Amino acid sequence: MIKAILIFNNHGKPRLSKFYEHYNEDIEQQIIRETFHLVSKRDENVCNFLEGGLLIGGSDNKLIYRHYATLYFVFCVDSAESELGILDLIQVFVETLDKCFENVCELDLIFHVDKVHHILAEMVMGGMVLETNMNEIITQVDAQVKMERSEAGIAGAPARAVSAVKNMNLPEMPKNINIGDISIKVNLLLQRL
Amino acid sequence: MSDVVEKTLTALPSLLSLDSQPGAGKLSSTSKLGQFIRNITELTSKHEEEKLIKKELAVIKDQVSSPYTTMRQMRELMVRSMYCEMLGYEASFAYIHAIKLAQQGTVLEKRAGYLAVSLFLNENHELLLLLVNTVLKDLQSTNIIEVCMALTVVSQIFPKDMIPAVLPLVEEKLSHPKEIIRRKAVLALYKFYLIAPNQVQHIHGKFRKALCDKDPGVMTSSLHIYLQMIQESPDSYKDLVGSFVTILRQVVGGKLPLDFNYHSIPAPWLQMQLLRILSLLGREDQSTSETMYDVLNESLRRAEMNHNITYAILYECVKAIYTIHPKAELLEKAAKCIGNFVLSPKINLKYLGLKALTYVVQHDASLALQHQMTIIECLDHSDLLIKRETLELLFRITNAQNVTVIVERILSFLRLCNDDYTIIDLVGKVAELAEKYAPDNEWFIQTMTVVFSLGGDLMPPDIPSSFLRLLAEGSQSEVDDRQLKVYAVNSYLSVLNDDCSHLPQRFLQVISWVLGEYSYLREGLDQEEVILLLKKLLDQRGVSAETRSWVLSALTKLCRGSGRAELALAVAESLSSTLDTVLRQQGHELRHLIQDGSLHARVLPQPAPANSLEVDSSLSFLDGFVSDALAAGAAPYKPPHQRQEELGQQRAPTLEPYALSLPMSLSSCTVTDRQSPSVLSMSSGLSANSTEPSQRAGVATLMLEGVKRVWGKEGYLPQRDTSETPATVEEPSDVVQSSHQQVVIDISQPEPEPEPPQLDKKQQLASSLFVGLGSQNSACLLGKTEATVPRFRRKPHLNDASSSGTSERSSDSSHSSHSTADSFLYGGLLEEEPATPIQSSRHAPQPIAASGSCEARQHGLTVNGVDENRGGAVVCAKEEKRAHPTQLIESDMVRVRPNALAEGAVVPPQNCSRHLPSTSSCGSDSEVLKLPFELQNLPHSDIISLISDSHLCISCCRVFREDALLIVLFLSNSTEMVLCDVALELSCEELQMGSLRGNVMESMAGRTSSVCHYTVFMERPHTHVPFTGTVSYQTQPGHKHTLHFSGKLTTADFIRPLVLSTEEYGKLWLSFSHDVKQNLRLLTDAGDPLIATLNVLKDCLQLHIVDIIGSEGIVACRLLDGAPCLMHCRVHGASLAVWLRSSLSSFPDCLLYHCQRALQEH
Repeated sequence: MIKAILIFNNHGKPRLSKFYEHYNEDIEQQIIRETFHLVSKRDENVCNFLEGGLLIGGSDNKLIYRHYATLYFVFCVDSAESELGILDLIQVFVETLDKCFENVCELDLIFHVDKVHHILAEMVMGGMVLETNMNEIITQVDAQVKMERSEAGIAGAPARAVSAVKNMNLPEMPKNINIGDISIKVNLLLQRL
Repeated sequence: MSDVVEKTLTALPSLLSLDSQPGAGKLSSTSKLGQFIRNITELTSKHEEEKLIKKELAVIKDQVSSPYTTMRQMRELMVRSMYCEMLGYEASFAYIHAIKLAQQGTVLEKRAGYLAVSLFLNENHELLLLLVNTVLKDLQSTNIIEVCMALTVVSQIFPKDMIPAVLPLVEEKLSHPKEIIRRKAVLALYKFYLIAPNQVQHIHGKFRKALCDKDPGVMTSSLHIYLQMIQESPDSYKDLVGSFVTILRQVVGGKLPLDFNYHSIPAPWLQMQLLRILSLLGREDQSTSETMYDVLNESLRRAEMNHNITYAILYECVKAIYTIHPKAELLEKAAKCIGNFVLSPKINLKYLGLKALTYVVQHDASLALQHQMTIIECLDHSDLLIKRETLELLFRITNAQNVTVIVERILSFLRLCNDDYTIIDLVGKVAELAEKYAPDNEWFIQTMTVVFSLGGDLMPPDIPSSFLRLLAEGSQSEVDDRQLKVYAVNSYLSVLNDDCSHLPQRFLQVISWVLGEYSYLREGLDQEEVILLLKKLLDQRGVSAETRSWVLSALTKLCRGSGRAELALAVAESLSSTLDTVLRQQGHELRHLIQDGSLHARVLPQPAPANSLEVDSSLSFLDGFVSDALAAGAAPYKPPHQRQEELGQQRAPTLEPYALSLPMSLSSCTVTDRQSPSVLSMSSGLSANSTEPSQRAGVATLMLEGVKRVWGKEGYLPQRDTSETPATVEEPSDVVQSSHQQVVIDISQPEPEPEPPQLDKKQQLASSLFVGLGSQNSACLLGKTEATVPRFRRKPHLNDASSSGTSERSSDSSHSSHSTADSFLYGGLLEEEPATPIQSSRHAPQPIAASGSCEARQHGLTVNGVDENRGGAVVCAKEEKRAHPTQLIESDMVRVRPNALAEGAVVPPQNCSRHLPSTSSCGSDSEVLKLPFELQNLPHSDIISLISDSHLCISCCRVFREDALLIVLFLSNSTEMVLCDVALELSCEELQMGSLRGNVMESMAGRTSSVCHYTVFMERPHTHVPFTGTVSYQTQPGHKHTLHFSGKLTTADFIRPLVLSTEEYGKLWLSFSHDVKQNLRLLTDAGDPLIATLNVLKDCLQLHIVDIIGSEGIVACRLLDGAPCLMHCRVHGASLAVWLRSSLSSFPDCLLYHCQRALQEH
């Protein structure tokens, strides 16, 4: 069983924490700190596993982690899980994030914590691995996104407008679109880039 | 222009839709979250962050409680509070709003609400109750996403008592048309199974259906449940082996749709899960293992691709091959695989290879020899984890020859290590090795000194206490003991002479005890010097009060004699004004003892009488005192279990040197899990079945008695009964010899070629590390089992019976170290199938029926085997049911009360079942056995034979008294001999026992039987309660025999009818708070279903039917004469909806469980 999934950056700032077993809040924070402490001092060329030790209660637990650019992805699992299996599960998770966010970066995780959680919920449920196929996960997440758009009135409006616009004949279109507004958005996007 | 427009348009969707866009989407200054996060990232100090977040939380709090906040804004607020919580700041004010959001919002907001709830709340949170209705509503929703969300939240945080509310709905989802829902429902049920197995008892059939689901994803999820259940009782699921093998074969053969491939390997995670299940099923079961050899071979072959995930499969495969009944060909392949792992340049694989080796060396130590150079390299590896795993491996292969090298390695690792967990773990291991294999006294004491100073106060208290006990009890040879003690005194004196301010308290305590006890042994030592050293210790700062009191007791022992008395007196004086009352008390005692020399000599005789103390264990000399005290109004004696909590804390190191008359079996039989760092015991997990101290008869030869030899070079060795082992000792079998030779060849192979000088060093190390793994010890390939005689063999206790009695006892103790399950296995493997009627009904041959309903098969996966088996299982379950009553009728035992639950209630151990068919002596006994006259009129179960040996037969009957359960045990002497000193002991942890009778008899004439009673009370319901007991007797003086027996009681034994009127029932109903609702099966075979069902329940469980009106019925019962439980039943379609209420929280659950069973068995 997976006990906890933690993501933090190179400075130990938590970016996502999900516990599948209940711990006191203080202990959760302590676990995050200790895990970071353990993981961050390991070289790049050592193995991706750590014995849990005193950390999350009991010697049965293992930490399995991967380091991507600025982020550490750490899974804390019990002895029933396969080390290499979990290692690849992390890979699947990250690839899925990458697909969903198009070139995922730390910022995506910060600003879309909720979405990351939703993606995770499609992979792991109550500590058990639910789905390991990336396409399947994305399908589920997309289905939710679609549902949201069609249901959420205001939020869905622009999307609906776009699709309406797409279906129209070209010459008529400029009338319906507030070009000024778009240009602002484009600028914002450029600023970020 | 049109180009521009087109470009703009293609860019539009991604610009406008908020969700499918990278981070920038919410970076706009209008987004509060964006602003907030940006502010946080700009901060530099923790203090500023705290300030900012506090401010932010205040703002959020303000907004969430404002009535003008829209749902959409609320969603954003939730995300913000989630962020704060993640950083460790509490936002408890938001919890209720999260629930509200989940309740009221549209899908979008609901999702955020549920997410927040699952992050904020835990299963103990009281607000969770508010969520139940929302979840119920969403589970019934037609919107798949809502159902999914509800299932996710249910599996994340729902506690035990809320499960019944949602269970029927979740169960229903198992047949939902969408596979994603079925899959989530299965996982939710798995979670329920983990939390409250009783409550999902009735849907095991549906789990089977999930296993046969046409969607492989659902099947995969159901494997989680099966893995868990098989772990708990592998024997109940042997019928599924065929199905699992079929599934695995199809998966490995690529029959799954391509969607399930991961890097072109078919469903690797599924494969791993299946391999794990198979290894559990095949463990110690030859016939089952044989069915899976082919598929294991196939997966080994297919998994030969060079990708991370294939190695994961290989690893599981190898583990499975080494767990199940061995097959030479597969073992060879697996060994090669391990070799590939260990030699791999990839560090992850190397680590796993070492782990596999550690696992395997228990079976076959020669594999470690093959890889010795790699292991040596790993010892100096830069990765600490690899180093540790290597040490773990070395620990497993330690023997008397290499112990010094290995211990030195571990200690040098320990010196550089600063991780608490590792220190505790390794310190325990070193202590264990030192005690077991120490080559000489000097080395032992030195090693323990290092252990104590490195382990410090983290060290579990067992290590010092075990060490001291070893010193005190000593070994066989007097000279050796004396030498050991003197050496200890010497080395500790030199330790104290150096700077000892940095030494851990535990070590100081050990030192002071040893000096106090044994310093007189050293000739030419001025005891005044010792006292001065101890006094110095007493005055040292940083020495804890506990240690001081240890030092003081040492001083008390040393203070006799002229010069010493003055010194000690000075100490006592200086303590007279201390604030610590314990120390002051001790100082006071010290003064008294100094002044009264004869008293001192009596209290603390100089050569501490190790074992000669006589202890009157019945404390009869106190009888007068007790009766006086009771008469004066003192509180009566409390049985141990009541006092346990109070005593718990004081127990730590009870090193009273004079309390040595603990029965030896207690101290030496502690068979404990080797993993646990806290326990230093003579026997590791490995040697759990190995010799016990008193089995020292054959010390000169090989210590093979009782060692369970399962593996040899050729593979599985046939198991021998313990009684046969002496033969093995005398004439080593061919198996042993041939394996001996093979290993010799093995070692000569590895490194013949010349190596550069640097490698020579390693070679040297290798030869010192792996010495003893080869020829000398090869007779015992089980790694470090008792090939050598541990140096410190504890003395058998003098108080024990004479020598012949000891050997008798030893076979018993080795017997008791097997778990009951183990002994069942033994029985199953060695003897013919158990043949009591009860057992045979369980082991009924299972006919394979043609598959019943054909499921549609999609995705190209045919689940033939599964379906077939399922059909078979159903048929066989029916058969069992039908077979059951006839068998009950056949048995000619007394039956007053229908005993539907008896088969689970008392498990006859294998001995008696072996006994029954051949001589049928027990059967005839049971005709002779009669309940005492005063009990015959009470309802009781039939008399079941528990266990028997050549002399004695024990049977048991449960008598249901209104206020208690009586366990009536019949001892019948089946020989003509007179048995003496028959003593019976019965114990059960969870229950209270009282008023025993007839459990000790001076003598028992031939062909007679005797009866003893135990009254058992149950205060808190447990579904099953195991009890254990022993009977000891002597055929002739000195020939002591012991019989162990065990059994199980269920709550049903403690349920009594509660007679009351409908009005009383109504009043009582309202006063109870704990309730459980569930649907039960309705019996439809005869007459009115409600009445029929209730009658069955009444008969099986002694319930009282209060009233039946139309389709409703009310039933009452109670736990003995204690807590009542009320049950309200209503016919609801084809099932019976029951609602239970009680004043005890776990009672309804238990009762429900037994109702289910009773109906199932009917």
